[in-house]
Amino acid sequence: MTIQTCIPAVEIARLEKSYGSLKVLHDISLKAEQGEVISILGASGSGKSTLLRCVNMLEVPNAGSVSIFGEEYKLEQRVDQAARVTDRHQLQRLRSQATMVFQSFNLWSHLTILENLIEAPVHVQHRNRKVCIAEAEALLERVGIADKRNAYPSHLSGGQQQRAAIARALAMHPRIMLFDEPTSALDPELVAEVLKVMKDLAAEGRTMLVVTHEMSFARNVSSRVVFLHKGYIEEDGTPAEVFSHPRSERFRQFISKHAH
Amino acid sequence: MNIFDVSFFAENFVALCRGIPLTLQLTLLSVTSGAVFAIVLASFRLSGNQVLDGLARGYIFVFRGTPLLVQLYIIYYGLSQFPELRKSFAWPFLREAYWCASLALCLNTAAYSAEIIRGGVIAVPLGQIEAAKAYGMGGLTLLRRIIAPQAFRLMLPAYSNELILVVKSTALASTITMMEVTGIAAKLISATYRPVEIFIAAGAIYLLLNFSITRLLRLLEYRLSRDRRPHQAATGEHA
Repeated sequence: MTIQTCIPAVEIARLEKSYGSLKVLHDISLKAEQGEVISILGASGSGKSTLLRCVNMLEVPNAGSVSIFGEEYKLEQRVDQAARVTDRHQLQRLRSQATMVFQSFNLWSHLTILENLIEAPVHVQHRNRKVCIAEAEALLERVGIADKRNAYPSHLSGGQQQRAAIARALAMHPRIMLFDEPTSALDPELVAEVLKVMKDLAAEGRTMLVVTHEMSFARNVSSRVVFLHKGYIEEDGTPAEVFSHPRSERFRQFISKHAH
Repeated sequence: MNIFDVSFFAENFVALCRGIPLTLQLTLLSVTSGAVFAIVLASFRLSGNQVLDGLARGYIFVFRGTPLLVQLYIIYYGLSQFPELRKSFAWPFLREAYWCASLALCLNTAAYSAEIIRGGVIAVPLGQIEAAKAYGMGGLTLLRRIIAPQAFRLMLPAYSNELILVVKSTALASTITMMEVTGIAAKLISATYRPVEIFIAAGAIYLLLNFSITRLLRLLEYRLSRDRRPHQAATGEHA
């Protein structure tokens, strides 16, 4: 146990990412200890979503490394060429340990909610179908949409879809959860129901990386706040530190703009 | 003599029905083999490999851009000029009009279907594929579980169209001696010189065949689009 807690859940070292000649992330190093809930803030275009997508290699960094519980993604990074992942099995294994919740939910439209939850556990993790169904039902109960098990995603409201998507992520037994602006596509009155589920997860001691615009979540739920500006980390600390004594002028402006 | 002789029409309608099994055989054979070939062509088009893509593009360009009748004649009349082919294992097949017609229809429908399949695959929303990747899916699992079912549903309306065209195209087989519905019609006309009743009867048969096919496909489309209809849970609740 003591050895385990020494290994960071996510370790990003000297990461760089560019699209063509446009560099969107500069020399990013970030360590998420186990159980940390990190809110990643930043204006649009600051690179925060790209950074999160580098954690499960939906975007492959051009330089630097990313490790999940001490295991580094095997990458081939060449000058002037697209970087790529070289070990598909490792990629699939690490991805199922760090599951992602998307801004636009991305539930599979041709499957029912229950089928969405058991899809990857059964077909990627090759776990027993019956066990997965029982677990999925419990998860749907937990996020409050047990009655929607046989509905299709299009039949659900945005808030319900996002809760289903969180349940889908949980069904993988992930050690890390990545949230990419999970409430940005929701109507204001539906945001609370999703934030409540996320708050419960944070309280359980799950490692979470959350790209968000929800200041209340960053301030009250997360254990750490990271602020990105133009591809650089400009602020990094506990919510108490960064919100009361921001070191960066841009973060100060960012807070006042989002303070309502 | 009447302008339209009903009893003559009925009599010939029954005679033409004997051509239905052959019409259906040609359709079924070319559609199934054409679909398999189309999947190969579409995967070439989508492979990202320039050589494979170019090959498939060239094939589709030629077979969509030339008349099916010309393709049929080249296969039926043209291939026998090559002595190598006449000595090969394929000759017992290629000297039969039945296999030549099936082959021409198959090659032709494959070109069209390949583009329909490709259209279906690229219409699958990126978010659906990205979610699958983020959950550890890749390669064949991703194709089988997410892309194929969604692409199939998206391409079904266009593919129904293609099936109807194949049924009608089988009529061209009559030009190389096949006694399917149109072949029998032509024979009866040359014996009676009464094209109106006979061709109308033939047309009615194609209409009936295509009517059943469109019905079947509409049923399939309905079954595959449960998510686009209002949800009625067991509790009677409307979402």
